Amino acid sequence: MTDLAKHIVDGAMFGSLYALIALGYTMVYGVLRLINFAHGDVFMVGAYSGLFAAGWLGVDSAPAPWKTAAILIYAMVVCMLLGLVIERVAYRPLRNAPRLTALITAIGVSLLLENGGQLLWSATPRSFPDLIPAGPARPFIVMGCALAMAVGLELFVKRTRTGRAMRAVSQDKDAASLMGIPVDRIISVTFAIGSALAAAAAVLYSSVNPSVNPTMGLLLGLKAFVAAVIGGIGSLPGALMGGLILGLSEELISAYGASSYRDAIAFTLLIVILVFRPSGLLGRGVAEKV
Amino acid sequence: MRPSGAFLTGAAILAAAAVISALQVTRVALDPTVYRLMVLAGVNVTLAVSLNMVNGFTGQFSLGHAAFMGIGVYTTVFLVDRWGPAVYAAIPGPAGFRQVAVLLLLAVVGGAVAAAGGLLVGLPSLRLRGDYLAIVTLGFGEILRVFIQNVEVLGASRGYNITHTEVTPPTDALFFWVAALALAAVMVSRNLMMSGPGRAFLAVREDEIAAEAVGVNAYRAKVLAFVISAAFAGMAGVLSVTYNTYADPSIQSIGFLKSIEVVLMVVLGGLGSVSGAVMCAGIITVLPELLRSIDQYRMVVYSLMLILLMLGRPQGIFGTRELSWDRLRRRKAASTPRQ
Repeated sequence: MTDLAKHIVDGAMFGSLYALIALGYTMVYGVLRLINFAHGDVFMVGAYSGLFAAGWLGVDSAPAPWKTAAILIYAMVVCMLLGLVIERVAYRPLRNAPRLTALITAIGVSLLLENGGQLLWSATPRSFPDLIPAGPARPFIVMGCALAMAVGLELFVKRTRTGRAMRAVSQDKDAASLMGIPVDRIISVTFAIGSALAAAAAVLYSSVNPSVNPTMGLLLGLKAFVAAVIGGIGSLPGALMGGLILGLSEELISAYGASSYRDAIAFTLLIVILVFRPSGLLGRGVAEKV
Repeated sequence: MRPSGAFLTGAAILAAAAVISALQVTRVALDPTVYRLMVLAGVNVTLAVSLNMVNGFTGQFSLGHAAFMGIGVYTTVFLVDRWGPAVYAAIPGPAGFRQVAVLLLLAVVGGAVAAAGGLLVGLPSLRLRGDYLAIVTLGFGEILRVFIQNVEVLGASRGYNITHTEVTPPTDALFFWVAALALAAVMVSRNLMMSGPGRAFLAVREDEIAAEAVGVNAYRAKVLAFVISAAFAGMAGVLSVTYNTYADPSIQSIGFLKSIEVVLMVVLGGLGSVSGAVMCAGIITVLPELLRSIDQYRMVVYSLMLILLMLGRPQGIFGTRELSWDRLRRRKAASTPRQ
């Protein structure tokens, strides 16, 4: 494989993982108009849950597929519950408060998870087992898993009753409620799905990049959010596209130029996109009503 | 004319700061930890009060305030070793006077560069609202941090130690200047709020569309608030690095985490309340020292406080109210029974 092809494959792999995390941001933003700052830290908890599950199963490297699946599912369930608790305790009481209040609470939850993580698991990075054997097939396995989940989500949102209810809530919460949609339950479901996707992304990401620490979610979460904004927040295909754009540009720019500027690439892209197309690539602009 | 209560308070604080600095210089020194905390508190008060102009008065949400402090910090380290001694030599007068002159020059330049940075960031990003503005300011802050960590003349990620510390006032005398800057920030934001432009800030916060409808240029008001606030943050950076003699490019010191800390001060104090910002800046500076014994729980306690406060008292401790002598006097008058 040539160098360029390798970088493109890697970029697409990280991009599909950004996309998985971005889906969570974009879904929550769709129904609540809230940047869930804690989402990146839910991702971190997912990585730790995967790590512990691997420990209990005695997994070291390249385990049987069912063990990998068990670890993935365990992490997803833990984060699903965490997402539900966060929504119930920290966000639901503020449903009718100014949006700034909820945003600050989200930052508080994020700080709490990060620092709670440092307290419980110490700040020292831990190494994550090699769940997916290293080799030329690995990026494609990761991408395949991520894409399968993204497509599954798209089908869920477009084809099921709950999915339709989610779309209704994101269009107009009050009207949805008048039509008999249990808005609170739908919001809970949204959080649960978003958090589970973050956990899946965390397990996949950590098997490729095997260093797990309590602050890993900070920058990754911000970048995934950037991916969601680039694609147009609220739009599922947009999140996928934004993730891929971000992953590819990070990988290619740092491979052929400024690797030490890697962390600045996402934010530069964000600013350029927001200045020229404030609603993102696939987002719809919303007119302000008086 | 009888001088106002605020004026007297300000004068008293400045006099006290002068006395403390004088004592410190003449070696009737305070406990070093206490002195350091006082300086840090002064810097943080300036940061919080200046951020309050944007997040409190104008109702925008900036998450990148530490970057402007960083601009001040790095303008100082860039200038001081390169031209500090030459400028110092060029100024006539005794050593103390020269040092103060250099410091003031640095503050002016640092503030101006930070203000220019504020203009540069503000012009594109203040077209956006709410969450987007928050995330873009955060983005600018992180870009600046990554950039500084890559510039070799600024010490890259190792940070930068100032060698020519003799051209600025000794750290023992700095408290006076830090207090003066904090006081200036308080005075400016207080008086601004009673002036035309300040009223425009408030109008934009209350209802941007209505403000536009009565002829306020909302965009210009937001940019103005942003630039003034950045200038003060830059000056705070100049003083803080002059005190520390070391510039640290880490995320805790000029990055996202510092910005969050400043936001925390403003929000806990009550968005829009100057006295709230002052008080909470003080509390948040001192609290870690008091919690030293449970240092590892410190940030957990912080974040819990933030969440609980937002759930229980979303408007912050003070809301948008101010602490003032007049209010206290009135309350006292109200509580004394009439004869």
